[in-house]
Amino acid sequence: MATPVKVYGPAMSTAVSRVLACLLEKNVDFQLVPVNLAKGEHKKPDFRKIQPFGQVPAFEDEGISLFESRAICRYICEKYTDKGNKGLYGTNPVARASIDQWLEAEGQRFNPPSSVLVFQLAFAPRMKIKQDQVVIKQNEEKLSKVLGIYEKRLGETRFLAGDEFSLADLSHLPNTQYLVTTSGRGEMFTSKKNVGRWWNEISSRHSWKNVVDMQNNKGA
Amino acid sequence: MAAIRLHGTPYSTAVARVLTTLYEKELEFEFVEIDMKAGEHKKESFLSINPFGQIPGFEDGDLKLFESRAITKYIAQEYADKGTQFKCGDSKTAAIIGVWMEVEAHQFDPVASKLTWELALKPRYGLATDTAIVEENEAKLAKVLDVYESRLAQSKYLGCGCFTLADLHHLPCIHYLLGTQAKKLFDSRPHVSAWVDAITARPAWSKVLALQKQQG
Repeated sequence: MATPVKVYGPAMSTAVSRVLACLLEKNVDFQLVPVNLAKGEHKKPDFRKIQPFGQVPAFEDEGISLFESRAICRYICEKYTDKGNKGLYGTNPVARASIDQWLEAEGQRFNPPSSVLVFQLAFAPRMKIKQDQVVIKQNEEKLSKVLGIYEKRLGETRFLAGDEFSLADLSHLPNTQYLVTTSGRGEMFTSKKNVGRWWNEISSRHSWKNVVDMQNNKGA
Repeated sequence: MAAIRLHGTPYSTAVARVLTTLYEKELEFEFVEIDMKAGEHKKESFLSINPFGQIPGFEDGDLKLFESRAITKYIAQEYADKGTQFKCGDSKTAAIIGVWMEVEAHQFDPVASKLTWELALKPRYGLATDTAIVEENEAKLAKVLDVYESRLAQSKYLGCGCFTLADLHHLPCIHYLLGTQAKKLFDSRPHVSAWVDAITARPAWSKVLALQKQQG
């Protein structure tokens, strides 16, 4: 019987790849259902039934329909506690609080400037959209401040929330992948001793390498 | 000294989010005022709680936390048996509540915060409102609230039939926006309007407003 777990959206979408990384870490079988963004499939009424904001990913499991990648990741960790990486969302309340804290830091501090840079530096050129140098500079400055704080933190702990890889680190993989490999500004990460070390560790994980393969197979 | 200490100022939207949760849960806590003008939030003693140098900072015994939405989640889980339950039903409902908490964080707040700054806060500091930013973000907020209108036609509160953190997290920005021209965006949508009335009428929220008035 086919798996009930379905992810809707292309692997090259940062938010979709966040969910894929989590499913792979948890060894949960899933089906990736393509959504043609270029043709505006995500903005059509049928798709808006499962994602009312017209964005990817959307997600289904037996009897439940979800959206927002970080909510989907938390659901996967709670539903499949005993599968794959059991500590991904913490095995006690204090660990979980620390992971939630750094997940919020990712969502509220890291994601805004890094998303803008991913669009401007990695996607705009291939979409033949003109880059906005003012916006790029503003967001490089913002991201640089955030990475300065990460550099200090990652000198104290191996990963962001503590000494184990967690959902908080995983959530950073999609945007950082594009910035380090495609944007030409990778040294923002790699020139920092602790951030560079952390990036090497988290991006070498089997689960993330599989996601990158999925992104490359689809021709991005 | 109370085990729970909240560092910040009550008129900060992020601090208000945590204050409301503490009042909803009927918890004892110490509120430690941070002198923003004196740059207290950038000093080492505060940075040891929040390395980003922003309020709120939170302590519960030895535990230190930052990011208001992580703090409220921790409070809800650690003190699950006290005060408002913030849930109704099984783990599936919990997942749906989680979705709408992310919606507040990523769809509503970025837009609502910009409008709050332009329309409610800049005037207080004698700064000029940027009408282009207001127009752009009112249009964005209208689209977000259209989705809320459909959702609230099917569900009494955003996550489920009961008041949860998914609703609570909206209170601080909504309160500011109701005092500005953006109020019309909420009033013109009947289900959104009823929801706003319900959540702003909660006694815990009134306590936060009283604290804000006290501190001027």
